[in-house]
Amino acid sequence: MNLSLVDFLFYVFSAISVGGGLAVILSRNPVTAAMFMILSLVGVASLFVLLEAFFLAVLQVLVYAGAVMVLFLFIIMLMDVGPDSGKGAKLSKKRILSGFIALLGVGLLTVLTLEYSGVATVATDSADHWQDVTEETSAAGANIVFSKSVKSFGYGLFTKYMLPLQVAGFLLLAAMVGVIVLSKKTDDVDAHNKADGPSPGTTNPQSEEA
Amino acid sequence: MDIELIQMLALKVTYAVVMVSVVMSIAGYTVLAERKVCAWMQGRVGPNRTVLPFVSAIPIIGPFLRNLGIFQPLADGLKFLFKEEIVPGHVNKFYYYLSPIVALVPALTTMTVLPFGEFTNAEGHTTPLVLANVDLGILFVFAISSLGVYGIVLAGWSSNSKYPFLGGIRSSAQMISYELAMGLSVLPVFLWVNAPGMTESGLSLVSIVNSQENAPWLVLIQPFSAFLFLIALFAETNRLPFDMPESETDLVGGFHTEYGSFKFGIFFVAEYAHVVIGSAIFTTLFLGGWHFLPWVADPWAPGLIGSLLGVGWFLAKTFCLIFFFIWVRWTLPRFRYDQVMKLGWAKLLPLALVNLIFYVILVTYLDQAAAS
Repeated sequence: MNLSLVDFLFYVFSAISVGGGLAVILSRNPVTAAMFMILSLVGVASLFVLLEAFFLAVLQVLVYAGAVMVLFLFIIMLMDVGPDSGKGAKLSKKRILSGFIALLGVGLLTVLTLEYSGVATVATDSADHWQDVTEETSAAGANIVFSKSVKSFGYGLFTKYMLPLQVAGFLLLAAMVGVIVLSKKTDDVDAHNKADGPSPGTTNPQSEEA
Repeated sequence: MDIELIQMLALKVTYAVVMVSVVMSIAGYTVLAERKVCAWMQGRVGPNRTVLPFVSAIPIIGPFLRNLGIFQPLADGLKFLFKEEIVPGHVNKFYYYLSPIVALVPALTTMTVLPFGEFTNAEGHTTPLVLANVDLGILFVFAISSLGVYGIVLAGWSSNSKYPFLGGIRSSAQMISYELAMGLSVLPVFLWVNAPGMTESGLSLVSIVNSQENAPWLVLIQPFSAFLFLIALFAETNRLPFDMPESETDLVGGFHTEYGSFKFGIFFVAEYAHVVIGSAIFTTLFLGGWHFLPWVADPWAPGLIGSLLGVGWFLAKTFCLIFFFIWVRWTLPRFRYDQVMKLGWAKLLPLALVNLIFYVILVTYLDQAAAS
């Protein structure tokens, strides 16, 4: 065996992220599942570190492990999902279908990976790709070369990828508005609350029609 | 493995152990400071009984140290160690044992990127004194400290009883709310330091400190950012007036109600380690780090003595902030939970956004003015 330290760490961290991912779907207890998901995310962050993409690694921990997963745990605890939920469910048509789709996805991923495992072509493609970022610049930013630094991430996001960034932001905004609309009660309920002051959960959802 | 690598590893491990022991002893003595300061504020004397046998024999110094309570943290630590460990029958054992560790580890990890001084050798080459001089300093601190909430949440959940659970829920809601405001409040600082015409420094904490040498401290340039950051810091360290997860009066002991002996001790020390690290981060960002005074060059010559004085000066600033933390705790009453949420989302976050936009416009304006 001729493993360098980086190779060895790659296998360790890959095992952590894949194993963590498996444990997420296999564990009965939702809190355990959430903790394994954190482990898996941290494993992915470590892979980013091995690629020397430190910024991405830190963001992965900050956003996913630090904020999103806290929300997950929060919801799991509030809803009090016990370890038994989902146990003993039958092999319904829906389940078979979703299993089939999952298999299809894995197959597609495998085929694509094998097809494009000629690493060289992909690498040069992406290099050219980033070259564009530096070439399209105005005079002020002409000397910014693409690198791992935060600055070049910011430069890319605010020049070439401005539109995708805005679209992604708009999508998130739409999702947020959707959540508010779905969870908010009607106006007359608000007035009712102001008058009496009971919790909004006591209202009748049918009043939305009126 | 060759001998140089082993030497380097041994040196790094020694540095890390020294750093951890210094921060932990500061945290331990912060507990004492808290008890003493609160006693003085309430017209009491505070801990003044504990003393080591042979020290009490020294004529004047012995009683003085005893009255100061210098040996109290030692006695408290021993007490935590030797108390009977009670594990309630209704807890989820694995997470019950895990959560104190999860609470302490982030507090100790953030200190790796914390610069506390610099050393200039005979050739005039300056090295910052920091365990790991990471480019992404502040992001690293935020990322790691955001993991600290798991300790509290898991403790609340695994205790499997009402009050700790409520403490855990409150804590996670509070952490999520104030993390945003905290991140947004330091953005203008980095915007300012990286503005066109300034030396480009990225997100490194060392360069933030160096930008404040012979220049006004950032707290003078951006008082509002500093204020917002300080409020968010209080919330993130769970200190009064934001100690929602604990709130003894309505939740018994909050998330650590079911914990005893050394596991409680770890939670306790983790909270104070957070306070110490938080104060040090604030000093680095806004109070000029190890540099002397705003606009004034360091009066000490570079070299060993100078760098020691610099570290001492940094520690002095940090201690002042720790005192401020204690002072606020024994002055202000606790917020209600809904007030905390309202303050976080409806006041602090919009203010941080306004602050950010203001400095974006200001930096752009200054850049344009300089260009024309």
